[in-house]
Amino acid sequence: MKKSSKHLAFGASMLALSILPATAYDSVTDARLASPEPQNWLQFRGNYAGWGYSPLARINAKNVSKLSVAWVYSTGQLEGHQSPPIVNNGLMFVTSPGNQVIALDAKTGAELWRYQHQVPEELMQLHPTNRGVALYGDKVYFGTTDAKLIALDAATGKEAWQVPVADWKSGYYITLAPLAAEGKILVGSSGGELGVRGFVAAFDASTGKEAWRTFTIPAPGEPGGDSWPADSYQRGGGSTWVSGSYDPKTRTTYWGTGNAAPWMPDTRPGDNLYANSVIALDIETGKLKGFHQYHQADAWDWDEVSTPMLIDYQREGKTISGLVHAGRDGYLWLLERKPESIGYVASWPFVRQDVFTSVDPKSGRPTYDPSKTPGTGKTVHFCPSLWGGKDWVPEAYNPQTKLLYVPANNNLCSELTGEKVSYKAGKLYIGVALSNILTNVRMDDKALDHVGEVQAWDLSTGKQVWTHKYKEMNWGPLLTTGGDLVFGGGTNDRKFHAFNAKTGDMLWDFPTNSGVTGVPSTFEIDGEQYVAVQSGWGVDAQRMQGAFDAVLPHKTVVPQGGAIWVFKLPKQG
Amino acid sequence: MRTPGGRSSGECLTRRTALHCLALSMATGMFGEGGPAFATGVDSARPREGDRLVAEDSEGKPKALQLLDIKIGDKPFGAFPFNPADGIKREGSRLNRIILVRFDSSELTPDQLARSADGVFAFSGVCPHRGCDVTEWNDKDRMILCYCHLSQFDPRNQGAVFAGPAPRPLPILPLKSEQSEIVIAGEFSSEPGGAKAID
Ligand code: FES
Repeated sequence: MKKSSKHLAFGASMLALSILPATAYDSVTDARLASPEPQNWLQFRGNYAGWGYSPLARINAKNVSKLSVAWVYSTGQLEGHQSPPIVNNGLMFVTSPGNQVIALDAKTGAELWRYQHQVPEELMQLHPTNRGVALYGDKVYFGTTDAKLIALDAATGKEAWQVPVADWKSGYYITLAPLAAEGKILVGSSGGELGVRGFVAAFDASTGKEAWRTFTIPAPGEPGGDSWPADSYQRGGGSTWVSGSYDPKTRTTYWGTGNAAPWMPDTRPGDNLYANSVIALDIETGKLKGFHQYHQADAWDWDEVSTPMLIDYQREGKTISGLVHAGRDGYLWLLERKPESIGYVASWPFVRQDVFTSVDPKSGRPTYDPSKTPGTGKTVHFCPSLWGGKDWVPEAYNPQTKLLYVPANNNLCSELTGEKVSYKAGKLYIGVALSNILTNVRMDDKALDHVGEVQAWDLSTGKQVWTHKYKEMNWGPLLTTGGDLVFGGGTNDRKFHAFNAKTGDMLWDFPTNSGVTGVPSTFEIDGEQYVAVQSGWGVDAQRMQGAFDAVLPHKTVVPQGGAIWVFKLPKQG
Repeated sequence: MRTPGGRSSGECLTRRTALHCLALSMATGMFGEGGPAFATGVDSARPREGDRLVAEDSEGKPKALQLLDIKIGDKPFGAFPFNPADGIKREGSRLNRIILVRFDSSELTPDQLARSADGVFAFSGVCPHRGCDVTEWNDKDRMILCYCHLSQFDPRNQGAVFAGPAPRPLPILPLKSEQSEIVIAGEFSSEPGGAKAID
C-alpha cells in the first residue's frame, strides 16, 4: 500500500516521462499477432484462432493454491466489465464501461493514461459494456457505444483518429474488441434487438478509411437474399457483437452472427441467412467465402456470436481443419474450414435442449419441435433459455490437454409469448413484451439442483471429460494455460476460480469486489507470471439474476463497481 | 495524464435548439448526427407550462391526452409534449419523452395530489441511468421500472430511486388539468437523460 501512494504523490506527468519514452513501445505486427510471444496477451482471445490459451506454466496445478493479489485498480465504473487485460511487453490496455480505455504498467499497476469518449446525451445504452482493445502498429483501437471506432497512440493515449462506423440513432452500437489483421481493423455492431442490419466492416489501420463492409443479411438479388420476405432484410438483425477469428494461412476471417430480428419467425418467413451463422470472409475484400447456419429461422433469441474457434481436431482417424462453436442453441458444433466453404462434421447437445428433434447428418440442418417454437400470439416453453446453453462468454481450448472448455448454463428454460411489433428507428424491435422477457426464466427441479457448469470436452471422441457445477448461473469467460489450469469467474458469489485442466478439481478461488464477467488473461514480466481479470457485474448476468430473483424464493444482490485484479505467486524465500 | 475525447459529437447535442444542432451537423458533415427529425413540424425545446401531451406513437395532428386516457394500475403511458398554439410536437429530442402513471386520488396525500392532475403523474420517460426508454411497471410495489438494468422509481415520492443502479431520481414534471385535458404545469424537476459518459 505504501508503495502505491508514493507513486500517486509523484504524479502522472513524471510517469509519462520516465516510464514511457516515445520509442519504448513495441510495435504490434501481423507476425506477432500470428504467433504471439508467450509472455504477452496481444488480442481478445490471446491468439487469432480464438483459443483463450497461453503456454505459460510457472503458475500451474501444483502451486496455484498460493496465488495472491499483485495489484488491483478500480475503474470508477459500474455495469458489466467484460474486457480482457491486453498486455504488450509490460504495458496493459483495458477497456471498461463508460467508453473508457486505461493503460497501466502491468507489473506495478501504475496508471499511464486514461481515455474516455464522450457519447451523445440522447444515446440509450442497453449494454453499457466493452470487450476490449485491438493492438496494431503503435496504436490502440476500440469501439464505442455510439458506434465509433477510435484509434489512440499506445504510448500517450492521444487520439489519432475516430470514425463513425454506423448510425447510433438507428440502434447501432459497438461493444466488441476490434480484430486487427493485414493493415486493417475489423469491427461489427450490436443492436439486433433494435432492428439493425448486421455487418462486418474493415478500416485502414493508419487512416481509418473504410476498406470494405459486408452485410450479414443479404439484400434481394444477392445470394441468400431470397431467404427474407420483401424489405425485411433491412432490419433483419444478424448483428456481430463479439470479435471474429482469423486464419492467416488462408487469409480468411470467421465471424459469428446474432439472431434474426424481430424475434418471432412468422414475421420473416424463410431461413433468414446469414443470421445465427458463422461466416467466412476474405480479409482483403470482405467477400463472403462460405457460411454455416447453425439454426434457421430463429425463434429463441439464440445469437451465435461468440468467436468461432479454429481448432484442428481428430475425427475417425482424420485430422480436420476445424471450426468449433458451443452454440447459444445448446449444441456443440464441429465444422470444417474448406478453401471456399464451411463443411458440417458433427454436433451434439451440451446442455438440456428440447427444441431440435433431429440434425441432418450431412448438412447439419436441425428440425424443430413446433410446440417448442415461439410465434406471434403463441406461448411456448423451451430449453435452453433465451440466454442459451452459452451466451457470448468465450470458451477456451488447450492444445496440451486437447480439451475444449465450455462455460455453460444447463437445465434452464424460458417461456415466451410472441406479440405484434412495428419498426421505428432506434426503438426496440423484439416482439416479446419486456415484462415477459424480465420474467422469462423457468426453473424445475433440475435447474434448482444447479445451472452453471464448466465443462471439458474431448472433441475427437465427443466425450464430456469433466464437469464442474455451480448452484446458479455461470457468466465467466474462460482462460486455459500450459500450467494445466482453467480460470474463470461468472458466479454470483463474486468469485474467480482456478481448475485443474485435466480433472476439473477446483484448486483455488478468490472473492473479488463484484461478480467476475471479464475475460481473463495471463502474461509474464521479469520471469514472473501474472493472471489478470476484471470484476464488475452487470448487463446480461445482472438481467439473468433479475429473472432468477423473479422465480426463486431468495434474492441475490451482487454489488456493482469495476476493478482490474492481477494475481501472481508470492516470491519464494 | 488523461486525454478527454469526443470533441465533435457531444457538441451539438448539448445545444437546446434544433436549429443550432442542424447547422452544426451540416457544417461538420458528421454521419448520424442531426438528422431528418429536425426538418419540419417538430421542436426539441423542453416541455413548458401550458403544453399538452400526445401519445408517443400517434401520427398526424396531435390529439391532447385526457385524464381518462390514463388508467390506474396500467404500465407507464408514453407521450410527447406539444404546443397547443401551433400543434408542434416537441419530439425532436428523445429526452422529451414523458411517461404518465395514475393512482386513485383518494389514496394520495395533499402534497402528492398537488404534483398530479387528479392522480396522474408525469415523469421523464428516459432513464437517468443509461438513457433507456422507461416503459415498465412493478405492480406489486407500484413502482416505475426500467427494463434495461432494472432501476425502479417511486412515482408517489417524486420519482425517487427505489431500486437498481440509477444514480438519481426520475425527473418529475408537474401537471394540472383543464376540462379533463392533461396540461403541463411547469418544467422537469431536473434535466432528463442518462448519466454523462465522462465523470
Ligand atoms: S438505463 Fe434504466 S436502469 Fe439502466
